Amino acid sequence: MKRSTIDLWVGLFVAIGIAAVTFLSLKVANLTPQSDTNTYTLTAEFDNIGGLKVKAPVKSSGVLVGRVSNIALDTKRYVANVTLVLDSKYQFSRDTSAEILTAGLLGEQYIGLTQGGDMENLKAGDHITITSSAMVLEQLIGKFMTSFADKPATGSNAASASQ
Amino acid sequence: MPSDSFITLRNVGFAYGDRPILQDVSLSIPRGKLIAIMGGSGSGKTTLLRLISGQIRAQHGEVLVAGQDVGRMNNAELYQHRRRMGMLFQFGALFTDLSVFDNVAFPLRELTKLPESVIHDLVLLKLAAVGLRGTEKLMPAELSGGMARRIALARAIALDPQLMLYDEPFTGLDPISLGTIALLIKKLNDALGTTSIMVTHDVHKSLDIVDYVYFVANGRIVAEGTPEQVRHADSPWLAQFVAGEPDGPVHFAYPADESLAQAFGLQEKA
Amino acid sequence: MMEKLLSPFRHLGALTINAIWRLGFASRFLLAILLNSGQSLLRFQLTIREVYFAGVLSLIIIVVSGLFVGMVLGLQGYNTLARFGSSDALGALVALSLLRELGPVLAALLFASRSGSAMTAEIGLMKATEQLEAMSVMAVNPIARVVAPRFWAGVISMPILAAIFNVMGIFGGYLVGVVMIGLDEGTFWSQMQNNVDLHYDVINGLTKSLFFGMAVTLIAVFEGYDAVPTASGVSSATTRTVVTSALVILALDFVLTAFMF
Ligand SMILES: Nc1ncnc2c1ncn2[C@@H]1O[C@H](COP(=O)(O)OP(=O)(O)OP(=O)(O)O)[C@@H](O)[C@H]1O
Ligand SMILES: [Mg+2]
Repeated sequence: MKRSTIDLWVGLFVAIGIAAVTFLSLKVANLTPQSDTNTYTLTAEFDNIGGLKVKAPVKSSGVLVGRVSNIALDTKRYVANVTLVLDSKYQFSRDTSAEILTAGLLGEQYIGLTQGGDMENLKAGDHITITSSAMVLEQLIGKFMTSFADKPATGSNAASASQ
Repeated sequence: MPSDSFITLRNVGFAYGDRPILQDVSLSIPRGKLIAIMGGSGSGKTTLLRLISGQIRAQHGEVLVAGQDVGRMNNAELYQHRRRMGMLFQFGALFTDLSVFDNVAFPLRELTKLPESVIHDLVLLKLAAVGLRGTEKLMPAELSGGMARRIALARAIALDPQLMLYDEPFTGLDPISLGTIALLIKKLNDALGTTSIMVTHDVHKSLDIVDYVYFVANGRIVAEGTPEQVRHADSPWLAQFVAGEPDGPVHFAYPADESLAQAFGLQEKA
Repeated sequence: MMEKLLSPFRHLGALTINAIWRLGFASRFLLAILLNSGQSLLRFQLTIREVYFAGVLSLIIIVVSGLFVGMVLGLQGYNTLARFGSSDALGALVALSLLRELGPVLAALLFASRSGSAMTAEIGLMKATEQLEAMSVMAVNPIARVVAPRFWAGVISMPILAAIFNVMGIFGGYLVGVVMIGLDEGTFWSQMQNNVDLHYDVINGLTKSLFFGMAVTLIAVFEGYDAVPTASGVSSATTRTVVTSALVILALDFVLTAFMF
C-alpha cells in the first residue's frame, strides 16, 4: 500500500486529538501527580461533616495543601471518618486541629488545618484528634433562637411563641 | 442430458412474495459451453442468474453447480462458490468511490495475495482486453454507460473465473465495441474453458458465438436449441423473437388484471 | 366509528412493534460487525480512509461550533455568576459544563448530522446501485469491507472530536471571560484546575463520547444497510439517522450520567 495524503490528514487529526486530551489533562484538570511518593494520608473524625464532599479542598492559612479522598461513617461510634491526602511538602504538628469551614456565606465546604505547637509532626496514616464539626445552618439558627429566647428571662410573648 | 453437466436446474420455481417469476425451469449446461438465455423484458432472466449466483434461493427444485445445490449452501460454501464465479451486472455496479483501476483491481486485492506490481500488470491486461486502457485514473462517474459496462466486464473477468454470468453484456455498446466484446466473451470461453451464461436481447450477434440458446417466457423455458436449429426453427416463439415482431405468442405488455380500456373506465369490468 | 377511534392506537402499536423489530435487527447487525472486524483492523488502511471522511472532514464544524458554544457559555455564565459575586468561578463553570455534558453531547449531535448522515447516504446508495450486491457476488463480505471500517472510524473519531470541541469551547470561554470582560487570567485557570478532576470530568466525558460514537455510527451504518434501495428510501434513511441519533444520544447521556456522576 502506498502512502497517501489521506494518511497525512488522519495522522494530523489524531495528533490534534492527543494534544487536546493532553491540554485537558494538564492545563484544565491540573493532573497533579496522585502518586504516593508526593502525598501522604491522614484521617480525622468529625461529629458532623455538614455538606463536605470527597475532593473538597484541605487548606491551611488559605493555602491549598491537599484534598479529601474518602468519607465514611464509623458505624460503631457513629462519627464521620474523613481521609485527607496532603502534599508531602507540607508537614503539620501532632496537635494540629482540623475544622470544617465554609467558603463565603453559602459556598462550598472545606477543611481548614491550624498548626499546633508540638515539636513532632504527623506521619502518614496518623490521626488528627482535635477537630471541630461543620456549622450546620439550621442548628446555628436554632442555637441563636434559643439563646435569644433565654436572654430576656422576664419573658416576652413573641419570643416564647416563636419557640 | 449430457453427463458432464456443470450447471443443472431441476424443476426450479421462484416467486417474489406471492408473484411467481419462474416455474418449473429445468436446464443443463455442460462444462466449457457458452449458452444464451433470451426472453422478453421482465420474463425472469436476471432472476435465473441470481439463482445461480446464490443471491436468491429457489423455493422449489434445485440449482446444482458442479453437483452442489446452491440453494442449500451455507455462507462459507457460498463464498467458495462465488470465488470461482464472475458476474457482469445488468447496470455495471461499479464501485463509485473507487477509480477504474481500483475497481478492476478490487477482486485481485480482496481475494488474492498477489503483489501490487503483478496486480498492476493484470489490471492493465484486463483493461486492454475490453479496449479501455488509459482510463485507469478516471472515476466511474466520468465514464459513459457503455464504458462503465466494459470496465465492469474487465472486473468480472479479473480472476479468470470458471463460471461467468453475463447480464446483458451488449446493451449500450456501439457496433464496434459490441463486436469486440462478443469476441472477448467467446475467446474467454474457448481459451480458459470457462462455462458462460449470457442473458441477452441481441439475437443475431449472440447466435454467432453461443453454443446453445434457451428462450424464457412467462417464467418457463419455451424453446431451446443450437443456433443452427434456432435459425431454422418453425416455432412461433422463435420466429417472433428472431424477426422482432411486436405481436405474437410473446406478450409485450406486463400482465395486468384489467385492460387499458377498463382501467380508464371506458369499459365495464368483466 | 370504533374503527376510527382505535386506528391511532393500532398505528402506535404497529410503530412500537416495528421499532422493537429494528432494535433486534440492529443488535444482530452490531454482532455481525464485531465478528467481521478482523479486516478493518488488519488492513488498517481501510479504516484510516474512513477516519478521514468521518473525522477529519468534521473538524471545521467541530472547531467553529466549539468556539461559539464556549463563548456563549462565557457570556451567559458571567452574567449569572456576577449576580452572586462569584465571577471568579467562570473558568470552572465553562470547563465543567463542556467536559461533562456539552462537549460530548453537542459534538455527537454535530457528528451525527455531518458524518452519520453521510455514511447512511453512502451505504444506502451503494445498496441502491447494486454495489453491495456486486461485492458479495465477488465473494467479498460487504459488512467486513464496507460497514466495519466505517463503524470503527466513527468509534475512533468521536472522542477525538469531542476533545477538540472541549478545548475550543474552553478557549472560547477564555476569550470572552479574560480577553473581552477582563477577568483575571490566573483566577480563571486556577479555578478551573481546582474544580476539574481528571477522572471524574475529563475521562468520564470522553468515555461518554466513545459510547456516543458507537451508537451514532451503528445507527448510521445500520440505516444505510437497511435502506430501501431507491432514491426516496435513501433519503428517508438519512433523515432517520439524524433523528434517531439525536434521541439516542440524549437518552444515552441520561443513562451514562446517572451511572458516572
Ligand atoms: N427484488 C424484486 N422484488 C420483487 N419483484 C422483483 C424483484 N426483482 C425483479 N422482480 C420482478 O421479477 C420479474 C422478473 O425480473 P427480472 O429482473 O428477472 O427480469 P429480466 O428478464 O431480467 O428483465 P430485463 O430483460 O428487463 O432485465 C419482473 O416482473 C420484476 O417485476
Ligand atoms: Mg434483467
